[in-house]
Amino acid sequence: MQSYLWLGDEALAQAAIDAGLSGVFAYPGTPSTEITEYIQKSKLAAERGIHSKWSCNEKTAMEEAIGMSFAGKRAMVCMKHVGLNVAADAFINSAITGANGGLVVASADDPSMHSSQNEQDSRFYGQFAQIPYFEPSSQQEAYDLTLQAFDVSERHGVPVLIRLTTRMAHSRANVIRRVETPRDQNSLHLPADPRQFVLLPAIARRNYSRLLQKAPLFEQESEVSEFNQYVEGPDRRMGILACGIAINYIQEVYGEKGCPHSLLKIGRYPIPRKLVNRLVESCESVMVFEDGYPMVEELVRGLTSKGPHVRGRLDGTLPRDGELSPTCVAKALGFPAPETAKVPAEVVGRPPSMCRGCPHANTFEFIVEAVKSFPQARVFSDIGCYTLGALPPYEAINSCVDMGASITMAKGASDAGLHPSLAVIGDSTFAHSGLTGLLDVVSEKSPVTIVIGDNLITGMTGGQPSAAYQRLEQLVLGIGVEPQHLHVVVPLPVNHEVNVELLKKEMEYPGPSVIIARRACVRAAV
Amino acid sequence: MKQDIIIAGVGGQGLLTIAGVIGATALKAGLNVKQSEVHGMAQRGGAVVSHLRLSSQPIASDLAPEGSAHLLLSTEPMEALRYLPLLRQDAWLVSNKNPVQNISAYPSLEALWKRIGEWPHPMLLDADELARSADVRRASNVVMLGAASVFIPLSHERMKDEIRSIFDRKGSAIVEKNINAFDLGRAAALKIHGK
Ligand SMILES: Cc1ncc(C[n+]2csc(CCOP(=O)(O)OP(=O)(O)O)c2C)c(N)n1
Ligand code: SF4
Repeated sequence: MQSYLWLGDEALAQAAIDAGLSGVFAYPGTPSTEITEYIQKSKLAAERGIHSKWSCNEKTAMEEAIGMSFAGKRAMVCMKHVGLNVAADAFINSAITGANGGLVVASADDPSMHSSQNEQDSRFYGQFAQIPYFEPSSQQEAYDLTLQAFDVSERHGVPVLIRLTTRMAHSRANVIRRVETPRDQNSLHLPADPRQFVLLPAIARRNYSRLLQKAPLFEQESEVSEFNQYVEGPDRRMGILACGIAINYIQEVYGEKGCPHSLLKIGRYPIPRKLVNRLVESCESVMVFEDGYPMVEELVRGLTSKGPHVRGRLDGTLPRDGELSPTCVAKALGFPAPETAKVPAEVVGRPPSMCRGCPHANTFEFIVEAVKSFPQARVFSDIGCYTLGALPPYEAINSCVDMGASITMAKGASDAGLHPSLAVIGDSTFAHSGLTGLLDVVSEKSPVTIVIGDNLITGMTGGQPSAAYQRLEQLVLGIGVEPQHLHVVVPLPVNHEVNVELLKKEMEYPGPSVIIARRACVRAAV
Repeated sequence: MKQDIIIAGVGGQGLLTIAGVIGATALKAGLNVKQSEVHGMAQRGGAVVSHLRLSSQPIASDLAPEGSAHLLLSTEPMEALRYLPLLRQDAWLVSNKNPVQNISAYPSLEALWKRIGEWPHPMLLDADELARSADVRRASNVVMLGAASVFIPLSHERMKDEIRSIFDRKGSAIVEKNINAFDLGRAAALKIHGK
């Protein structure tokens, strides 16, 4: 069996192919993007006809995958953690419909918010949906547990969630590809019960109680899972509970000597209660290490003061937020900090910035100029490379909340009487979640001025195609924006004055208007 | 054998190529590798760092602990200094001397060079100039890799094989220029190092 140097994302992707995947459905988002891109580039996947085109957003991706599962085939959905919020309605309900073909959802969290608006913990979604969920501690496990996840999904007829973190997703390590010839894809086979996916209350109640009946089974499988390991240690003053990659930092810190404490590593959930109990009962105290929220820690602690003595993120033993590191884990375990050099005082922060020649730069230049004439004006923006317009020298935007929120927030502010109210949104973000907001604006003829920064691509995540490509005007007009209030401009210094005047004029118009600022991303162009 | 390497620079400088060449060479040499990378937002001209850990034994953490790294390879002088806490006292600090001044508060370059010179084992190179003389201006990263190869316990010939395979699809002229860039970096480092 061959060994590869794979990212966690890539190991997961290859395992999905090897598990007999028929389709991956996804919208890009750091740190999950490379899962889908790996499958898109895989010759093997192409030969096997595996679907791997990007979807408009995570919700459409999730629903397409449910449809593929309905048809009996193995499907995977990939997204960054906040994408699961977008897909949540479909995701939670897919636990009630259940799966026919294996259905695996991979959600990549971003503790420390390297490229995200928050550091929410996808494990809560696993708990919320009451399904089995996994969390690898190594790239090899990312491979191994993905293979298993499809089987678990089909065996129990439920979706299965895999939670990654940035560090796992974007770190490479030796991985043995255990399956040399991928499993055959499932043939088309429809659900035996024609009403399984019809969540009318009566059927939903029946399905839900079936899901609840499976809960003890899920937990039992966790107790004996190879991804949950209990290692006895001689020093009973403290036991260690480590979820996902936290185990690696503990092993790093203790080195060759090995950890003297009893150690429970968790990689499969629901939480194996018996194993946790064994640790708690055999040790005087427990220290919990987990990336993301202190989810397991909080449960072990319980609500009463009579619970076990637990240390972790909630009592300051570990930082409350941010990803774990060998340094903070060593400190928590009482190791003295090594003598190291300090960062010299000259070193200053270097935040990301727009590429030289970026079309958004010129777009912000004309927006900033036009807005100067309206001191009340506020610019609601969105998520993408153009969010960097918040930083100097532009400082041009007043919000960035979630995909699509620019248009809807501008509308809400305008409903409150703020005028002019502007929205700045990217083309891919518009296709993701801007369309419905624009329909709200049009329905109420709200005085909102929308600038779509159309760089013809999904820039922030590395230049994936944008679903709005070559259809943007059609979409905007189709939703009902008046043709005389739809403009396409080229954001270039030579057009600066004209663009400023046009935007000023539209800001004065008391109804919906859209200006498409179109020029290709310079990165994509090279 | 155990070596932790920190690769630092600015998003867009080709750090992933450097890490990829070393990682692939180590894999083929039968070593264990862990290589944490930065993808995403910081690649838009922000500070980026890759931790590359090589060992004949299993490696636990994806991140190198503070005070553990044997080598720091930086494609930019201020970025080199950002990661000093990760270094062992006897680590080599190999840095390109040319700055990427994409922030307004960029400090005095002389002060940065001086700080680098204060490290016990420093090596400052004009990688941009060497890349120009190899006729590939964008290959400063490959020059730096060539320089750092002096301190990496892997065959530099095998590293060059990896460079060949990475640039293969861009044609043999590009391959040869990059090999030349690697050799120039390596020669410059050997000269400074007195080997
Ligand atoms: C729900 C959700 N999905 C995905 C992302 C990741 N993401 C942030 S920006 C972006 C792409 C934006 O593309 P576009 O709107 O075209 O702007 P550009 O970056 O090209 O300027 C993506 C995929 C996210 N932050 N939230
Ligand atoms: S990647 Fe494209 S859209 Fe993003 S900052 Fe660079 S030029 Fe602008």
